[in-house]
Amino acid sequence: MTKPDYVLFDKDATAIIFGNQQAAVQRMLHFDYLAGRDKPSVAAIVNPSGGRKGLMKVFYGKEEILLPTYNKLRAAVKNHPDADVVINFASFRSAYDVSVEALNYPTIKTVAIIAEGIPERQTRQLIALRKKLGKWIIGPATVGGFVAGGFKIGNAGGALSNLLMSKLYRPGSVGFVSKSGGMLNEMANMIALNSDGVYEGIAIGGDKYPGSSLVEHLQRYEANPEIKMMVVLGEVGGDDEYEIVDAIRDGRLKKPLIAWVTGTCAKVFPSEVQFGHAGAMARGEAETADAKNAALKEAGAHVPDSYNDFDKLIRKVYEDLKAKGNIEETEEVTPREIPVDYDPGTMRRTTNIISTISDDRGDELIYAGIPISEVIRDGYSVGDVISLLWFKKRLPKYVTEFLELALMVTADHGPCVSGAHNAIVTAMAGKDITASVAAGVLTIGPRFGGAIDGAATYFKDAFKRGLAPKQFVDEMKAKNINIPGIGHRVKSVHNPDMRVNLLEEWAFANLPKHKLLDFALEVEKITTAKKNNLILNVDGCIGIVFVDIMHSTGIYTEDEIDDIIDSGTLNGLFVLGRTIGMIGHFLDQKRLHSGLYRHPWDEVLYMLPSETEVLEYSETRKKR
Amino acid sequence: MAQRGIREYDAKRILAKHIKRLSKGTLRYRGRVVLVTPGMSIEAAAKKKHWVKTEKLTVKPDQLFGKRGKHGLLLVNATYDEAKNWIDEKMNSTVEVGKVRGKLTHFLVQPYVELDKEYYLAFAGHQEGDYIHFSAEGGVDIEANWDMVTNVNVPIDASIEDVDLTPILDGVSNDDRAAFRDLITALFRFYRRLQFGFLEFNPFTHKNGEFFPVDTVARLDDTAHFLCHEDWKDVEFPAPFGRELRPDEQYIADLDEKSGSSLKLTVLNPKGRVWTMVAGGGASVIYADTVVDLGFGDELATYGEYSGNPTTEETYDYAKTLFDLMIREKVEGRKVFIIGGGIANFTDVAMTFDGIIQALDDYAEQIKEHNIKIFIRRGGPNYKAGLAKIREAGKRLDLDMEVHGPDMHMTKVVSIALKNLEGGR
Repeated sequence: MTKPDYVLFDKDATAIIFGNQQAAVQRMLHFDYLAGRDKPSVAAIVNPSGGRKGLMKVFYGKEEILLPTYNKLRAAVKNHPDADVVINFASFRSAYDVSVEALNYPTIKTVAIIAEGIPERQTRQLIALRKKLGKWIIGPATVGGFVAGGFKIGNAGGALSNLLMSKLYRPGSVGFVSKSGGMLNEMANMIALNSDGVYEGIAIGGDKYPGSSLVEHLQRYEANPEIKMMVVLGEVGGDDEYEIVDAIRDGRLKKPLIAWVTGTCAKVFPSEVQFGHAGAMARGEAETADAKNAALKEAGAHVPDSYNDFDKLIRKVYEDLKAKGNIEETEEVTPREIPVDYDPGTMRRTTNIISTISDDRGDELIYAGIPISEVIRDGYSVGDVISLLWFKKRLPKYVTEFLELALMVTADHGPCVSGAHNAIVTAMAGKDITASVAAGVLTIGPRFGGAIDGAATYFKDAFKRGLAPKQFVDEMKAKNINIPGIGHRVKSVHNPDMRVNLLEEWAFANLPKHKLLDFALEVEKITTAKKNNLILNVDGCIGIVFVDIMHSTGIYTEDEIDDIIDSGTLNGLFVLGRTIGMIGHFLDQKRLHSGLYRHPWDEVLYMLPSETEVLEYSETRKKR
Repeated sequence: MAQRGIREYDAKRILAKHIKRLSKGTLRYRGRVVLVTPGMSIEAAAKKKHWVKTEKLTVKPDQLFGKRGKHGLLLVNATYDEAKNWIDEKMNSTVEVGKVRGKLTHFLVQPYVELDKEYYLAFAGHQEGDYIHFSAEGGVDIEANWDMVTNVNVPIDASIEDVDLTPILDGVSNDDRAAFRDLITALFRFYRRLQFGFLEFNPFTHKNGEFFPVDTVARLDDTAHFLCHEDWKDVEFPAPFGRELRPDEQYIADLDEKSGSSLKLTVLNPKGRVWTMVAGGGASVIYADTVVDLGFGDELATYGEYSGNPTTEETYDYAKTLFDLMIREKVEGRKVFIIGGGIANFTDVAMTFDGIIQALDDYAEQIKEHNIKIFIRRGGPNYKAGLAKIREAGKRLDLDMEVHGPDMHMTKVVSIALKNLEGGR
């Protein structure tokens, strides 16, 4: 199944893509599916910076498929001997080396080079190499090209809508070649509007030394019986177009050819202007667009007076050929349909997650409706930010002050409490900050730090039900529950907890009413009468004062306050505050270069069962 | 980007740095050159290079134009004081060279060399290799005397050592042949290794193993910068004579430098009535062509392009620069602004048009004041959304605007626009 020499790509051709170009690969597969190819045109992808082997996930029609990915071109070529095209997306720095390697593999026939800015000497060496090996280069500095209904290089042909508009999913009768890659789609569309469409379109690239020339492609088109007429778009600078003139003159090109050379404007420009393309600069009269257009016309090509009439001339030549019977009318084919990609602008679907506190989609990050710039410029405090993100309101200053106070008093409680201890042990085991702090934070719960919620819940409930302090204490005793927020391992009436005193002072000074705190202090009188250390502890005080604050704002109903407590908000305060301390302990251990911690034997009471006890019910006992 | 001319000063400076190594010690070039600029006076230069005061000098402008003798811009065999006076007189003066007017700002100063024999040597790249052009009769208008030049091609994949130079050395005396073979070989290596596209010494002479280039013309392939930047060391690529960048052009050039996309702007006629903002290197030329072909070349205000999927922000900056230029000059009647382009391969039309719309928002009042009518034609990814947005912006801002898509021939918008100019032809 060898292809004729004039065919570079057909419906069976497959390519190796050098470069991690997911979008370009996807566009190729869109085209393949539209054109009704049997298999995708991409055999494999080479991602030189992408670790080892892998897979790229892309759509082929409705299905998602996986394409093999390699990190070396050699491996891709070896595993895909049928692929005879390499599409080289390497940058201008490495495009030369990759192209040389690709050209030297016997299975590779054509290399398309996308990069712009490859040194001219390197390109000239590539051209010499490809000629010596009898191979093809398309580019550099191009988007590539396509065979309508057969194969397309990378991004050539543009978006899906353009493939449909220019009917690139099925072959027409026109062979087209240009220097400009950017004009490829424009010309394909113009040709589709004025004839039965493009058979093949190639952009050789705007460099001074293109890897293959305009005339080489025209000669392929001349040899291809499916192509009935040819269109060429040349450019000021260089002498490529004179090769076309020679080829027409000596009969190598016989099919009708419509040509236009751009850059006629250069004559009115003062001094030399370098156009967008590297090769587009006339050196001498013969390289001007006017001279080339005139020469082409004289040789017998169809040349319009201006680009403005290019379309009309194409139509005229096409109609003439049709009238002569050289081009047969073929039935239009309907391309396969490609499902549209999800577009949030025009389509709706049900969401999976709801966020009501922050939004990162716009120009600026928003905390509960307040842009971050305003948060900073209007002097929001940390407490204000907590109030935005936790309560979706900027709460009054005394509330946010209390939140900060709570964070400050709970920030740390020395290295011996279980949370800090775990954080320290983990840090000493050489773990990172996240693991160490998490080890500490995960210790927080009903016995360590978690009493804030419990205190708020139980005290609030008792007070709501109108229980007297004594009744409450008795009820809890009857249920055999220690009252959350009451009791301390070390502190006592004689050795009061300074943190609790500070919180109480704050509440008396800042809250007009503090009914729950008053109730709690009555309860404390009863409990401390029983035992010295059954004082209102810091967890309890925070929880209880917080309930008084919630009431005092007048914002929340009783049920809402219950919801806030039930959802763990108060424990959140402890988690947040204590994280400060745990990070501190972690950093402290790192600074000290502490080694692994091992608990001393003599601090453990070893109390194992005897062997007889253990084996009492097992089969082993019988054997013994 | 492409081959670009460099100053004679830079060419000689780079040559002096490399020739000893590349000639394996057979060729000596002392590189005695000084560049006098508005920021570097000949006095200051003389402090570092004492030959400037002790030797007879040659002085000439070094601004990428030739035939300086013909234009009276060459001073030879001059003393330091003569040279200083000559430069003082010419510095910052405007002269006309060929069809181009420009300001003299850079002067090359080198020791004057008495030439008893003048030679011509040039290297020029072409697709299959590099030509060596040599003549033992240099110092003449070489283009008019090209029949005296002999040529040898060095194929791109061959090395100079493998090429027989005998045919071009015919005019050299027998005694000198070996030395000239070495000289040409060394200079060719220099030309190739340092990625020149063109290098010419006309005339030069050669005495006792020392190389004396009088005039040198050089073009480097600036895309090879990543390979050669250390060897070139701070080489400058000046704008062609008379084409020093205007501030707006410089602004776009800086933007282009920083961007992965391509943004180009050349101001042709600030008082012109035809303004264009065209996407794509190929399409931008065709739009300019069409304006010229339809007889409005003298009204064409700018040539430029934006391509390679520039960001909204970059497109905004580009459009803003154009509007700013457009409203500087009041003209009789109206101006037209053509926002054109072909069908893009991957540039997102909606995103780039967002940038243009932002600029329209900024300049809407002035656009109306200057009676500017806007014509749009564009296709490519997301073009429907882009065209709808700009159409909406035109209505909202009450601008005189026509919007077309890819169903209309690309340059038809130019002919429609030009019909709107009073006194149109």
